[in-house]
Amino acid sequence: MQVVFTRAGFWRGAYRALPLALGLAPFGFVTGLVIAHHGLSLLDCVLMNVTVYAGAAQLVALANWTHPAPIVAAAFAAFVVNIRFMLMGPVLAPWLDGLSLAGRYASLSLLVDHAWAISVTDIRNGGRDAALYAGLSLPIWAGWLVASTAGFLLARSLNLPPHHPIFFGALAAFLALLVPLWRSKADLLPWLVAGGVAAVAAQVLPHTSWYILIGAVSGCLAGAMMDRRRESGHG
Amino acid sequence: MAEDPSNLYAIAAMAAVTLACRCGGYFVFSRVRPTPFIRNAMTHLPGCIFISYVVPRLITGSPATWIGAIFTILTMALSRNLGASIAAGIAATWAVTAFL
Repeated sequence: MQVVFTRAGFWRGAYRALPLALGLAPFGFVTGLVIAHHGLSLLDCVLMNVTVYAGAAQLVALANWTHPAPIVAAAFAAFVVNIRFMLMGPVLAPWLDGLSLAGRYASLSLLVDHAWAISVTDIRNGGRDAALYAGLSLPIWAGWLVASTAGFLLARSLNLPPHHPIFFGALAAFLALLVPLWRSKADLLPWLVAGGVAAVAAQVLPHTSWYILIGAVSGCLAGAMMDRRRESGHG
Repeated sequence: MAEDPSNLYAIAAMAAVTLACRCGGYFVFSRVRPTPFIRNAMTHLPGCIFISYVVPRLITGSPATWIGAIFTILTMALSRNLGASIAAGIAATWAVTAFL
């Protein structure tokens, strides 16, 4: 693929990142609230959101936070929740391969689900402008920092109940992103397998995030086996 | 409040592990060529990862969550506008919570 990196592509990405950054704001806000709740400092809060920048992993690690901090347990939580990124990065290869080495790993260091989903959809539709991904990633990162810092600073003066409807925003973002990822009814079987296995895994392994990885890998394997049967004329 | 250095060490460890996850998969796959079966499996990853994330949450969610989910998906299917879809989902969840 002949990859380009244009200013127009960057701004197209940034424009599409705005609703994402807003949709994620409640999630970032909650993460800031939880960081404050566990007695971490403002410096800790900013550093965590800038460098770890993975809300789900942060919430899992924070749920088991102690004083002094649990270094190994926190690193393990980050690994289990974020191991999905290992599978996601290579899917962006058509664009990453067209960038410099520094550009590739700078892009990957800001990898998040939402920018990835939109970029993958664009790659599938023949998009060649890798700047779209950068344009998506930077505003989401900046927005996450603002929202989480605001949550930290307002934690003392605000008292939202944990089931306030605003927190549905995080789940809504993932649901909406699924819609353009549906290609045809050939997606039905892998999606059913992924959802079913994830549901069981979430029951069997509560308070962890293994279910995301277990469900996703099961769905992918089911899809690949289905494709192989179809290609060999049995399907 | 005095800074607790153990917090900084834990955050640094989380950041290092997360960076390795973000970069590691691409690093390996750009050196080892995956088999056609693996490459085929990876084309199914985008949908499967999000489905795996949402299904357990929907199963344990409240009716307000389910109605919010329906409104989110319908809005996205009709408009392909992510911001509007998230807003519609939150509004529907809010309305159900307020009236039930």
